[in-house]
Amino acid sequence: METLLVTDKTAAKPVEQEECYHCGDPCTAGEISLEDKSFCCDGCKLVYQILDENGLCNYYDLEDAPGIKLKSAPTDDQFSYLESADIQKQLLDFQSETFEKLTLYIPAIHCSSCIWLLENLYQLQPGVKQSRVNFVKKQLTVGYDPTEIGLRQLVEQLASLGYEPHISLHNGEEKKAYNPNRTLFIKIGVAGFCFGNIMLLSFPEYLGFDGPMDAEVRTFMSYLNVVFALPVIFYCSTDYFLSAWSGLRKGFINIDIPISIGILTLFLRSVYEIVSATAPGYLDSLGGLLFFLLIGKWFQQKTYEGLSFERDYKSYFPLGITRIANGVTEAISLRQIEVGDTLLIRNREIIPSDSVLLSSRASVDYSFVTGESEPVEKAKGAYLYAGGRLVGERIEVLVDKEVAQGYLTRLWNQDTFSKSDEGKWQSLVDQIARYFTAIILAIALATAIYWWVVDPSIMFTSFTAVLIVACPCALALATPFTLGTAMSSFGSRRFFLKNATIIEKLAGVTHIVFDKTGTITEAGHSAVQQVGTLDQKGMELVYALVSQSTHPLSRKLFSHFTLQKGLALQKIEEFEEIEGKGLQGKVDSTSGMIGSASFTGWQDATDQLNGASRVYYVIGDQHGYFEIINDFREGLDELIGMLKGNYGLSLISGDHAAEEDRLKSKFPAGTTMQFEQSPQDKLAYVRSLQERGAKVLMVGDGLNDAGALKQSEVGIALTENISSFSPACDGILEAARFSHLAAFMDFAKSSKGIIIASFVISFLYNIVGLSLAVTGLLEPVYAAILMPVSSITVVAFATLSIHLLTRIKKL
Amino acid sequence: MLIIVGLILISVLVAGFFLGAFIWATKTGQFEDTYGPSVRILFDDEKKVDKKSSPAAQE
Repeated sequence: METLLVTDKTAAKPVEQEECYHCGDPCTAGEISLEDKSFCCDGCKLVYQILDENGLCNYYDLEDAPGIKLKSAPTDDQFSYLESADIQKQLLDFQSETFEKLTLYIPAIHCSSCIWLLENLYQLQPGVKQSRVNFVKKQLTVGYDPTEIGLRQLVEQLASLGYEPHISLHNGEEKKAYNPNRTLFIKIGVAGFCFGNIMLLSFPEYLGFDGPMDAEVRTFMSYLNVVFALPVIFYCSTDYFLSAWSGLRKGFINIDIPISIGILTLFLRSVYEIVSATAPGYLDSLGGLLFFLLIGKWFQQKTYEGLSFERDYKSYFPLGITRIANGVTEAISLRQIEVGDTLLIRNREIIPSDSVLLSSRASVDYSFVTGESEPVEKAKGAYLYAGGRLVGERIEVLVDKEVAQGYLTRLWNQDTFSKSDEGKWQSLVDQIARYFTAIILAIALATAIYWWVVDPSIMFTSFTAVLIVACPCALALATPFTLGTAMSSFGSRRFFLKNATIIEKLAGVTHIVFDKTGTITEAGHSAVQQVGTLDQKGMELVYALVSQSTHPLSRKLFSHFTLQKGLALQKIEEFEEIEGKGLQGKVDSTSGMIGSASFTGWQDATDQLNGASRVYYVIGDQHGYFEIINDFREGLDELIGMLKGNYGLSLISGDHAAEEDRLKSKFPAGTTMQFEQSPQDKLAYVRSLQERGAKVLMVGDGLNDAGALKQSEVGIALTENISSFSPACDGILEAARFSHLAAFMDFAKSSKGIIIASFVISFLYNIVGLSLAVTGLLEPVYAAILMPVSSITVVAFATLSIHLLTRIKKL
Repeated sequence: MLIIVGLILISVLVAGFFLGAFIWATKTGQFEDTYGPSVRILFDDEKKVDKKSSPAAQE
């Protein structure tokens, strides 16, 4: 195996940079290595060793650096709840004495090496009897012998390799859901089968064979056609009838009504003609119509199965919670938490319900819930809101409110979450359908009346011919194909939508609301400024100190130093971390400390100023501080520049107003800015905008935005890593593509233009067909040609224009 | 001409068989994962290299 060797020529002392053999991250050669392979951290090295010892190094041959960097070492009892029989029962698909089977959702699955390793788990754990990866859904179905390996050990093994499954009650409830696509596939298959056969049997009619063909054979073929048409009507078309019926009952006309009328007229008239032996009918058109329509439906229903857009708080909360009752710890599920329980919360775990802190102190990271950027220190007796993530030592808390009544979960009791989207919004095609249906019925009636007066013998034929030809097949195909293609264009540019109709909604947006923390500011990206004296040695000491700590400010300093040239990571001695205060240690007889002002002995100094955090240091006689400013996302300026003329903008943040001045310089004058907003406030703000007639796009990232994301017309969740969890939303945008948002919105608007152009094309076909129909000239063979040709033109036009547009717009 | 009727029925039967195969494939979930099988077929069955017995194998 060859490793990539990059020599930096600009540095005074050449630093050899290599890529980690396991995960591909940059690392320093020779620092952490085994044989000739370099690793970026001990975690990666350890995984390599495990695989190497078990002869599973094929993992590295299939793809280069396929590994997943372990972000945090799994704690000893992180998965202890999996031993609870109650939880096991909820998770397992099958359970017996010697065999258990379950499906795990593992977001880290990303390449063929992953598939290979996970399907060769039995080499690592003989207790595993079978394992199978569904790559598209990022799921692992694993069967094992519970007498050899427990569920907990299995999950721990996976986590230690970097394949930590996301286990939540939510997917426990969801897993039995039947894939609706299967039914659609079968319907398409049946429709295609019937369509093909009917066409084949209609060939004699197309070619006008009169001579040697027996009348009996011809009748036989016609009746066989009717047989083939039966599944088309009674199986494939049911969705359209049901949708038309429910539309009628609710009192609005959707596109499925003219389609249903067309389907029924086609079928009934054809059967009548065949039975009365007057004409061969239009059953081939019927089959083709359904076949194309269902393909359009499939195109529109295409979704990103690996992503979930419907998560509520249950997906974030731990599945198992440790309760301390009478001095004994037991694993219980979220539902079993009662007021007055004492719970044990470990490092990196989420506090499941509003509760009171019993331990002496705790550091809680609320960034996901409130938008505050730094972890908050809490002392004994403090009130802890649900949803915060514990950073540091384990704590005990006393439950004060039930899970469903908590600060965060109350959000889900709002009626926004119980309402479904149906009926609230009408798509362009449904708006057109209303007029379309009325016009078609009027033309059909006018034709019938005219022929009744002129020549009653062809009244019935021309009336039904109008209904058949007017069946808006091409019209119904225009939207799914345009939006479906646009959606996959977006997807290949890392913007994933829940479904294709979101593009239409995106095109109508008039107001954009941004969240601050994590949305326009970047979590891991910050500017570091050093004030005071600090020499090379001191710098290296600070570097070594922060490398040992997991505090967010330490991580920021660490990534800052890692980028600096010529700085070597030294070995640290006498390292000590004083939780919530700072770090101290020694490198080559230079000792020093770094941390809060009070810890380092600074007088009259603050840890927070104008939204910047300060970390003080005292190293020998050198002292000073690092100022860490939350940096805005790259491309924010250009994005705001492109958006400001066309949309109303707002900024709404759960954080304090410290950065208001800096933000004001970024946004155009008159932008509404609100700070210290609770999740409920955000939702209310979006609602108030909507009441003033705005169509709102909410861009957020955390659970605290969940209400606003749901309430808004379009809610987009921004995430650093697509496979990580994001709140329920309409679209997930990769953070690196943030500045492209304006381009996406522009593209959505153009897509709407393409839909309208497709409508025009399909109307033109309808006019040609109608003019034939009203004059009573519509032969089956014309209908049979016109229907597929119009559909194919529209589909080709829609698909090609979107592809062309992607090129032109340089999306 | 009766032979045509027979032939048509046979052809429908054959086509029906394939339709059945398609439905079966869909119902057993063969269209669920469209990426996995393409990779899986390329995996070697057993490639367990005992490293300790072949120290020279490393480049």
